[in-house]
Amino acid sequence: MIGLEHFLFVAAVLFVIGLYGVLTKRNVTAILMSMELMLNAVNINLIAFSRFITPESMTGQVFAIFTITIAAAELAVGLALVFRIYHDRNTVDAEQLNRMRW
Amino acid sequence: MSEYIYTASFYVFAAMVIISALGVVRKTNIMHAALLLVLCFIGVSGLYVLLEADYLAAVQLLVYGGAVAIIIILSIMLTHRRRMEETSLANNRARAAALLGLLFMALLALVIFYTPWNYSPAEPSQLTVLANVLLTGYVLPFEIGAVLLLAAMIGAVLLAKGVDEE
Repeated sequence: MIGLEHFLFVAAVLFVIGLYGVLTKRNVTAILMSMELMLNAVNINLIAFSRFITPESMTGQVFAIFTITIAAAELAVGLALVFRIYHDRNTVDAEQLNRMRW
Repeated sequence: MSEYIYTASFYVFAAMVIISALGVVRKTNIMHAALLLVLCFIGVSGLYVLLEADYLAAVQLLVYGGAVAIIIILSIMLTHRRRMEETSLANNRARAAALLGLLFMALLALVIFYTPWNYSPAEPSQLTVLANVLLTGYVLPFEIGAVLLLAAMIGAVLLAKGVDEE
């Protein structure tokens, strides 16, 4: 029988993988991709709680819709910033982006 | 019998999500990582179907599997000119990050398996309930979300294009 714990465990593993990616990646685009993994883990949690704890009110699904909206906005602005940084400094390596101005 | 199918499909989707997510953080070619990310999003959408959230499964496929995948791959194509094999390297903190991740994972697993969850016996509601909740109680956050998307779109265009300084 698959219960709430199984979904929460998969989401926790996904979140930790995303956290590892954010901490270790040097490419800024890869960091943004790892952040998307973490946001997906949060969405799985919200929908699993909505299914198993409050199935009649669906509040978790409403919050998941807002999370998806904000993730899309964040990714669009983030990738525009990556593009701008590449245009200005000719690199997307987070280790080399340590100057305040140039 | 349908119980077995449900269990089997849960494990298939969970394995798909976790293996492709590991590929996203371990691959050194960022284009492979981006394509694995799309596979991971499709697996998450399958988990939503198993959680009886059909609308969100469709939104997941459209927004993440479609739009997000396209802008990530477009951004990779616009920013990388050198050899693709070494475009997504790890820094020298990989060991410490893995240790931190494992500790955090252990903490989360403890919390998940030792919390007594109050399962609700009710059946999941119809999609019309979601529509009602979204457009009555949560109508203000809904509209703010629309404004946020507009602001993000204008901001992304301005940031990527640059402002004419005359």
